[in-house]
Amino acid sequence: MASTIRVRATVSGDTTEVQALIQHPMDSGFVKDAQGQIIPAHFIQQLTFEHGGRTVFLANWGAAVSKDPYVKFSFKGGAKGDDLKINWMDNKGATDSTTAKIS
Amino acid sequence: MHARHIFLSAIAALVGGVLACVAASAIAAPDKIDPAADAKAFQKYFTDKFPQVKFEDFVNGPYSMNEDMRKQWEEKEQFPPYEFSLEAGKEVFATPFGNGKTYADCFPNGGLGIRQNYPYFDEKEGKVVTLELALNRCREANGEAPYSYVDDEMASLTAYMAFTSRGKPFDIKIPNDPRALQAYENGKRYFYTRRGQLNFSCATCHVQSPGERIRAEVLAPALGILNAMPIYRSEWSGMGTISRRLVTCNSQTRAVPLEPQSDEYRDLEYFLSYVSNGLPISGPGARP
Amino acid sequence: MTCGSPSFSRRLVLQGAGSVALVGLGFGTVPAVAAANDKYPEDAFRQKGDADAIKALYGKTAEASDKVKLDAPEIAENGAVVPIAVATALTAVTSISFLVSENPNALAAFYVIPEGTVPAVANRLKMAKTCNVIAIVESAGKLYSATKEVKVTVGGCGG
Repeated sequence: MASTIRVRATVSGDTTEVQALIQHPMDSGFVKDAQGQIIPAHFIQQLTFEHGGRTVFLANWGAAVSKDPYVKFSFKGGAKGDDLKINWMDNKGATDSTTAKIS
Repeated sequence: MHARHIFLSAIAALVGGVLACVAASAIAAPDKIDPAADAKAFQKYFTDKFPQVKFEDFVNGPYSMNEDMRKQWEEKEQFPPYEFSLEAGKEVFATPFGNGKTYADCFPNGGLGIRQNYPYFDEKEGKVVTLELALNRCREANGEAPYSYVDDEMASLTAYMAFTSRGKPFDIKIPNDPRALQAYENGKRYFYTRRGQLNFSCATCHVQSPGERIRAEVLAPALGILNAMPIYRSEWSGMGTISRRLVTCNSQTRAVPLEPQSDEYRDLEYFLSYVSNGLPISGPGARP
Repeated sequence: MTCGSPSFSRRLVLQGAGSVALVGLGFGTVPAVAAANDKYPEDAFRQKGDADAIKALYGKTAEASDKVKLDAPEIAENGAVVPIAVATALTAVTSISFLVSENPNALAAFYVIPEGTVPAVANRLKMAKTCNVIAIVESAGKLYSATKEVKVTVGGCGG
């Protein structure tokens, strides 16, 4: 199955800009389905980005982050061709990870 | 003064149900079907009403008319919410049917870069054929069950086909065939006819009031409205096809929606696409 | 409606689910090289109001600062997807958080900013209704905030 994680990491000068989009329902636990039943909370809690064995960004998310969450940040020190490891875990313990190349 | 005159003519056209030859009303006889003159007048109406909007920008719907919303959209487009659907569509498009054939075998140019030519008038059948319909016919011809016209699979496929056609201007042809002209005319009549408990026509919102808010939402101009299809709507938390959009348009005005890909909807799509000829395909799109 | 009042039993369910995730963390699914404060701040995410969430998250209060640049729309086109970003000229930034004051749980996101990472984040948040969005930047151990009201006409809670 295709990864749930889409990443674009581009270096410009000494800064690498990272954008990620993740396929996840991010159910808040406050919404009812068509039958009136609460859809249980189901959301990503932690998302990490690692470069060169170092965490460059750690997101802690609650249920208020939008469906198919998106995040953008930048860090110093990446180079073209470097690996960027991305990893998430949700409140049900599910995880996914991927490795992207910085371009 | 001039703009006001055009607007009044447009209203007259709506009420009377006659040709909306706004600019050309003086020269065209009211009961002659003249799509070329219609399209010219239709486009002129919008460019006159919104002189600050660049022609190509009409395909961006409400975002062409509201600065604050445009900023939110540009932010979203950095990593658009239709991305997953687009990828799924690309994959499905390339996956062979049970008999080994693919979608590419059903379409000219292998199905790539052809969105701008749909719908077309099939002279053998004597009817309008939309892209969604052609996709399901392709499936059935190859022994596969058709997709729902309002669900994700169809949206993914059309998203991919639109994506490969981005930037190509709508090039809808109306052959010199009385049945084609009639189909166009029927679509146009459907577009301007009021219906439902709210007594709205398609034009009430998308010709008279684009850029205005209806409750919380900013209305999109009819010009270019199909160029961005299919769309990811935040309101739906998902993708929608042209069929889904037409069905919800009807139900939102409390009219009875038709069956997706009924003759009326096919004709409506034919009309609405034809009058947007020249505007580039921009789908898949993101909308509130 | 479903938006404002989470039921007590649902909270217990959430709590249960949360501990599962923490157990997962304990087994090291997240790389051990993460920053020191890499624990998921469960308690802060469970607070209702923004003041309580800030207290649970940092144990102190924030002062408003024009060095925190919060970028959010005047009117959210849809409360389900509101693009919100923050950037700052402050130095020695270690974290950035976003709170939506009238959401059922105010804390939306808490980002750990290690050294060498630019103190700027863009994300997309859900908003239940018109209210304040608060961004907090933690710089040299102090908290600085920026607040902006975002009007929500179509709520992001669905249901």
